[in-house]
Amino acid sequence: MAQAFFGGVHPHDMKAATNEKAIEQLPAPAQVVIPMSQHFGAPCTPLVKAGDHVKVGQKIGELRGLGAPIHSSVSGTVKAVEPRPYSMGGNIMSVIIDNDMQDEVSEEVQAPANPDALSVDEMVEIVKNAGIVGMGGATFPTHVKISGGIGKVDTVIINGAECEPYITGDHRAMLERSEEIIGGATYLAKMFGVEKVVIGVEVNKQNGIDQLNKTIAEKHAPVVVEGLRCRYPQGGEKQLCQAITGKQVPPGGLPSNIGCAVFNINTTCAIYKAITTGMPVVKKVVTVSGSGVVEPKNVECPIGTPVSLLFDFCGGLKDGTYKLIAGGPMMGMAQYTADIPVAKGTGCMLAFCEKEEQTVEHPQCIRCGKCVAACPMHLEPLFLYQYASKGLVDELNDAHIMDCMECGACAYTCPARLHLTHMFKTGKQLVKDAAAKAKAAAEAKKAAEEAQKEVVNK
Amino acid sequence: MTDYKNLKLIATSSPHIRGSETTQGIMKDVIIAMLPALAYACFNFGLRALTLTLVSVAGCVFFEWLYRKLMKKPQSIQDLSSVVTGMLLAFVSPVQIPYWMILIGDAFAIIIVKQLFGGIGKNFVNPALAGRAVLLASYAGSMTSWVDPAAGKAALFGSNVDVVTAATPLSYMKGTDPAALAESFGNLTSTYGVKEMFLGQIGGSLGEVSALMLIIGGVYLIWRKVINWQTPVAYIGTVAVLTFLFPKAGSSLDWMLYSIFGGGLMLGAFFMATDYATSPVTKKGQLIFGVGCGLFTVLIRYFGSYNEGVCYSIMVMNLFVPFIDKYTKPVRFGVVKKEGAAK
Repeated sequence: MAQAFFGGVHPHDMKAATNEKAIEQLPAPAQVVIPMSQHFGAPCTPLVKAGDHVKVGQKIGELRGLGAPIHSSVSGTVKAVEPRPYSMGGNIMSVIIDNDMQDEVSEEVQAPANPDALSVDEMVEIVKNAGIVGMGGATFPTHVKISGGIGKVDTVIINGAECEPYITGDHRAMLERSEEIIGGATYLAKMFGVEKVVIGVEVNKQNGIDQLNKTIAEKHAPVVVEGLRCRYPQGGEKQLCQAITGKQVPPGGLPSNIGCAVFNINTTCAIYKAITTGMPVVKKVVTVSGSGVVEPKNVECPIGTPVSLLFDFCGGLKDGTYKLIAGGPMMGMAQYTADIPVAKGTGCMLAFCEKEEQTVEHPQCIRCGKCVAACPMHLEPLFLYQYASKGLVDELNDAHIMDCMECGACAYTCPARLHLTHMFKTGKQLVKDAAAKAKAAAEAKKAAEEAQKEVVNK
Repeated sequence: MTDYKNLKLIATSSPHIRGSETTQGIMKDVIIAMLPALAYACFNFGLRALTLTLVSVAGCVFFEWLYRKLMKKPQSIQDLSSVVTGMLLAFVSPVQIPYWMILIGDAFAIIIVKQLFGGIGKNFVNPALAGRAVLLASYAGSMTSWVDPAAGKAALFGSNVDVVTAATPLSYMKGTDPAALAESFGNLTSTYGVKEMFLGQIGGSLGEVSALMLIIGGVYLIWRKVINWQTPVAYIGTVAVLTFLFPKAGSSLDWMLYSIFGGGLMLGAFFMATDYATSPVTKKGQLIFGVGCGLFTVLIRYFGSYNEGVCYSIMVMNLFVPFIDKYTKPVRFGVVKKEGAAK
């Protein structure tokens, strides 16, 4: 088994609800709402307007700077282009399309004549045009990661840890779509020019590991599967690199700093699909689970499907559902409305109706130190909490608050139920605000000095 | 089908699930871990061990409730930490002290040491030990006369003169004159065997006498992950090594065994030095803390005017905690020491 990272927690994985259920196709939705921001970076510019006819795979959002283009997931007529709620909070410009149920595929979707003869540049271009982003939830544009990593990266890692409780989409993909995973991994090996690609999988998915190994043997693929211990956040990019290579990503750095590049299982499948069929990202596998869901399932649906349709497909929500979460229970975003669509980064939709949420009034730190033992980034959450609640920016910086990746391990383990992660989000914003203020002040000072110089020179 | 427009949703920060451990649960575990020692105390000293403990617990809970009530602060007695303090203070007191006396200790521990500094987690010395220190300074006579279990049980009410003695095993191990010390240590070893010392058929504070029962409780706490092994192992280990290397009388092994089983070392190492609020937060810090406690304990026992050094050594080390925390911060993720840089 691979090496370990420091800290972490071991929450009940709750995966039994869906890990034996095959991925089902959602009946085509009558309407989809496609947000123009489904990636890390600037939102896309809509390319269509109300009344336009669009087809499956047609590009409807063009990237501006860092980002990935966005494609129509259905064929039909654009009903409106207007801001709508989305899973990251607030509203974002979205293209609303009435589905004509014809599933007409756009002429833009062209399968390469010979996928195995493509050059590296051609493959990266295909990945870029297919709108592929980190589909584990981070949504960093994949083509940027690949082109930025070529030459620097000697270890390509496929992230199959799936360490968040409830989520089973990647596990199902290993069982049902291992050829896509291994095929995608093979293309990644080619792009980076590495001999082996490592797939890291938590050992609670032994049948997934077996299936992957079987496919690797059949295809003679340059891929190895490495079993990882079940420990959250094993799927954190930095923790995964540490577990596989034993190296630590330097503070503020990226995995490429230590020669690693990490891709999600889903992303790998998308790469395979784009290179072999030309089809961009128009579908997403979502695990619909949690105590509030009548019949939890793994569902594949078009991007832009309203999440209410997913819940309906799973028997609806139980009475008393008090929380909807886009993403896993440790890092997902709680939603204030069910009126949001599935996006490229939506791997899970949870509904809670039982006592998952356990807050206490007036939580008091008892200094037990369990948060220190749990922090995979070697921080001391109890002190960060004090500094953040008092607004002490210098102390927050000295204690490296920006290293916090908000995994929630500390808050999960805290017996006093302090709102640690919440406070760190606030604290990071304080640090960012202070830095912006300091920068503005320095620039103003510089401008004033130069104005002064000019006066003197004259 | 579900009415999605009228869901009553709460949107709070992640994580959305929490572990099962609570402050109250931890305190419950500590209470459970102290029960074997309490049961043994009743066997050893009589039922007064139980009544004194109950009075002390009631006192601590009452003073905490009263302070929070008067200061209009949210009530905190449900976290059970004051129950633990009450039990610990009784454990470090002689069984025959008057009930009113322990209530004074309770009041000092809860109001002055714990609540005035902000309540649970904020006190900088162990409340129970501070309470004991105040009682020892105020009522030195009562706090240093012990019931001899061989002579009889302590009465529930009234005076206990007939079973009280001034001798505990540690008092036989004190002295500067080597010849006299050798003789008194010889008396000790002939009166109590190592077995009696380990089981606790000796005089001493209510809850400290039985090393066996305290080790059972301590192992339970480590198994339940309430405490880390670092503090008790470092503490007891340091005392063991120092007393083995520098015996003042008898054989090295005897001197070491009587040193670690006599007095409050086991109670201090498992239940006092591991107090969250007054010990370091990192495991490395806890090791240093334990070694420091052990060192001060031996220094006080060897060179101080008291027979016993556990109480003061832990209180002194409590004051070092912010300092230890500062110098045992975890190495930042991604900062790997360059090879040869340390040379």
